[in-house]
Amino acid sequence: MQGPLIDTLARQGVTRRAFMKYCATLASMMALPPAAGRAMAEAMAAAPAAAKRPSVIWLPFQECTGCTESITRSHSPSLEGLIFDAISLDYQETLMAAAGHQAEEALHAAMKANEGKYLLIVDGSIPLGLDGAYSCIAGKSNLEALKEAAKGAAAIVAMGSCAAYGGIPKANPNPTGAVSVSDIIKDKPIINIPGCPPIPVVMTGVLAHFLTFGSLPELDGKGRPKAFYGETIHDRCYRRPFYDQGKFAKTFDDEGARNGWCLFELGCKGPVTYNACATVKWNGGTSWPVESGHGCLGCSEPDFWDAGGFYKALSMPADPLKMVANAAVVGAAAGVAISFANRGKKSAAKSAHETTTLADLEK
Amino acid sequence: MSASLEKGIRVLKEVIDAPMASYFSSCVHCGLCAEACLFYTETGDPKYTPIHKLEPLRRIYEQEYTLLGRLGKMVGLSKPVTDDELEEWKELVYNSCTLCGRCSAVCPVGNDIVYMVTKFREGMSASGHAPEGIIGAVNRTITIGSPMGVKLPAVKAQMKHVEEDYGLPIPLDVEGAEYMVMLSSMEIINFPEYLAAIAKIMDQAGKTWTLCSTAFEATNAGYQIGNSDLAKVLVMRIVDGAEKLKVKTVISPECGHAYSALRWNGPNVVGRPFTFKVQHIIEVLGEFQELGLLKTEGFETDKLTFHDPCQLARRGGVIKQQRNLMNMVAKNFVEMPDAGYMNWCCGGGGGASAIEEGEELRMEAFKKKKAQLDAVKPDRLVTACANCRIVLEEGLEHYQMDIPVVGLTEMIAEHIPKKGA
Amino acid sequence: MNDMQFLTWVRGTGLDIAVSIFLLGVIWRLFEIYSIGRKQDLAAPRSTPGASGLHTIFRRSVPPEGMMKRSPVSYIGGYVFHIGLAIVVFLFAPHILLISNLTGLSWPGLPSQFIDLITVVTMAAMVLVLFDRINKPVKRFLSTFGDWFTWTLTFLPLLTGWLSVQHLLLPYTTMLALHILSVELLLVFLPFTKLFHAFTVFGSRWYIGKINGHKGVAV
Repeated sequence: MQGPLIDTLARQGVTRRAFMKYCATLASMMALPPAAGRAMAEAMAAAPAAAKRPSVIWLPFQECTGCTESITRSHSPSLEGLIFDAISLDYQETLMAAAGHQAEEALHAAMKANEGKYLLIVDGSIPLGLDGAYSCIAGKSNLEALKEAAKGAAAIVAMGSCAAYGGIPKANPNPTGAVSVSDIIKDKPIINIPGCPPIPVVMTGVLAHFLTFGSLPELDGKGRPKAFYGETIHDRCYRRPFYDQGKFAKTFDDEGARNGWCLFELGCKGPVTYNACATVKWNGGTSWPVESGHGCLGCSEPDFWDAGGFYKALSMPADPLKMVANAAVVGAAAGVAISFANRGKKSAAKSAHETTTLADLEK
Repeated sequence: MSASLEKGIRVLKEVIDAPMASYFSSCVHCGLCAEACLFYTETGDPKYTPIHKLEPLRRIYEQEYTLLGRLGKMVGLSKPVTDDELEEWKELVYNSCTLCGRCSAVCPVGNDIVYMVTKFREGMSASGHAPEGIIGAVNRTITIGSPMGVKLPAVKAQMKHVEEDYGLPIPLDVEGAEYMVMLSSMEIINFPEYLAAIAKIMDQAGKTWTLCSTAFEATNAGYQIGNSDLAKVLVMRIVDGAEKLKVKTVISPECGHAYSALRWNGPNVVGRPFTFKVQHIIEVLGEFQELGLLKTEGFETDKLTFHDPCQLARRGGVIKQQRNLMNMVAKNFVEMPDAGYMNWCCGGGGGASAIEEGEELRMEAFKKKKAQLDAVKPDRLVTACANCRIVLEEGLEHYQMDIPVVGLTEMIAEHIPKKGA
Repeated sequence: MNDMQFLTWVRGTGLDIAVSIFLLGVIWRLFEIYSIGRKQDLAAPRSTPGASGLHTIFRRSVPPEGMMKRSPVSYIGGYVFHIGLAIVVFLFAPHILLISNLTGLSWPGLPSQFIDLITVVTMAAMVLVLFDRINKPVKRFLSTFGDWFTWTLTFLPLLTGWLSVQHLLLPYTTMLALHILSVELLLVFLPFTKLFHAFTVFGSRWYIGKINGHKGVAV
């Protein structure tokens, strides 16, 4: 296999063999057939040699840059990062050198040059309140910017929970009127890569798939690639056996916690969270939240911030029960009222009693 | 709504109480009560399911005493009870219920179904939906003094016979006697041996006793028809008699309902506790036996079995005494299956035997007793209830079974050694 | 509403509404039933060991002689389904957590595989009992809409709970939400249907035991 990427990798001390292995792993993680690994490797290796690398435009809206941080920081240098050599990242505010007018020009130039072909990545939610005034770039609201950029995109990647589902900005009471990309754009293929932030390899995997096959991978009902979001954290969690045995940590510093027992009772949202953390882990496979002793927050699920509190077990009430005390009082009042009515009725019947005589027996 | 129906419902409103409310709220329609009811087991007709016999009562309870029931009635979801419906239920509440209480004994949620049937009968009788046969019995008891129309002269005639035949005095209206003995009219007419037996037993025990000229009839058709007002009239006769003669104990005869009506129901219809004790003759005999006041000689050698009257055993709590007495005079006493607490009814209790049109059903239900008897094949059948005895004899005759039925008290008396012998 | 919002609603507002109606209904119905009172029994009491309300509360859990033979499905199916239901409801760790959160009471749970097995057995018993209700003339005759309705109300929480644990039919989150919703429906209707026997069974058994115990009869 030849190509500029291979040369670049070689310069950075990555062997061809390691690259092939990476592609094979990526392919298997996405549940693709073994041959796909080779196809991916070839597509990526060859890409820069083509007349033009696929253009990628990354628009940041109401976000915290955590998604970008995650992707850039997770590997230095690792193969995931290098995949960017296979694309032309034409606009990414945090990573690009340009700023101000220069950056705007780069964006518009890329959009024009690659119309209908570029991949649009969005991170952050889109505020609709106050005509979108909560978040503007170059005098344009995020809503306008998104609509404009979406028009010429081949596909859109909603990167992170904010872009995918509204995320933290949308959390109750949602002061900015934040919405997700899919709430606005209806006529383009959209792939959601939720997570706060998402796992880097998930993103690179999706990019690799797009580069290799020119299409998006298979998605689930929530627009997520099934390959990474097909199973719950709980089902793949190494602490699952403790759940099944009924062994739970009750506090973060009890014996159960030290023994590495299940964190369900401490509010772990693993059972309702579809993500790959338990298998892929973070920071190059070093660890992940549950392994470090904290329950899953469920960050890759819609409205995770409003799902009843991070430290409340799933089977606990999401909110304090507010009406119950009043209901008990109303029930008692109703009960007492009925009691009086019933007793009144009974004594009325009693005082109206007419002694039954023999004549009464014959109607 | 007819005036009589209105009255019936008003009476039901009076008698519905917390236990009934709890029972109706607890029923899960499991149908186990049917399996305990001989009218269902022998006919296989689900309409004889005990709890179903209370359906109109359940609706009245809900419509009168529950908020949702009242709403349901208002919007037409819960149909009001009609005269036609009660007339239809007459057969279920009277003909096919002997108040035997087996349903109450098996209900897994603890519903006292027979308790509710007796309450339902209050409303049924007040609204004119009781069967003619029982109405006639009530009428005769109230106006003549006995359901079979027996009057004091007939009793006196019997007394004379017994005195002549056995040479024992039969005291009448003796003030201050320890025991006042009651009779059921069946005993006066069909089983005069009973009176003689009492005389012998009391004589041996050395107890003073008396009959009462104003209160000799123990049966209470008012209780059977389910009417407290009429039951009260009859109970009051006994209370007045007992208080007038200042007796310590009133002995209820071998008659199940007489016992229930006087012992358990009496004070409640009268509205005050009694100043005297009430005992069933079997209880008295049991006491005598325990105290050594009852001595017998010789044994019956044929195969005997005992039929527990429902009101005595299951509903009255007297179970051991009759067995001790049987063993005192019988060498070959065998128990039928389900004997004792869970014994099957003869099929004619609770006034049912007075309902002519119910006879066919009674005979059908008697198959249960037949099966019990077939299981042990006794030479004779002993019991302690004159009504059971008559119903048993009818049933045995119907199925051409040659098993004589005898009363326990008489049988015991037969084994009392002759004085001076 | 997405599945997570649905789940959060049933865990929050839905639960609040359901528990409130349940509590309101239970208190109201208990007053309605037991405030009617009853007449004092004036007959001289006869006391027999074992004849009391309390005795009967326990004794009625055991089938009387001969009855097991007459209606084995009612008894065996009934036992399995009631005991199974109690185990699943009260000994599954997440359920205990809910109860402890609402009442402060807590106790150890059972392994989830065991609960899983009991759930299947309980559902089987319920199906058997339903079949018996359809099949037996008496039960069919007695059955009203309420009987089919309450069977369904009781069965759905078992079914949805089991399906959610097994990841069948629907994604876990949705199924879990449906499970909680089905329990809420059960709570809402319990005070107003025959399911209220869960409370009145004790009163009924106590009354029959007490009333007959007065006569010296151990029922």
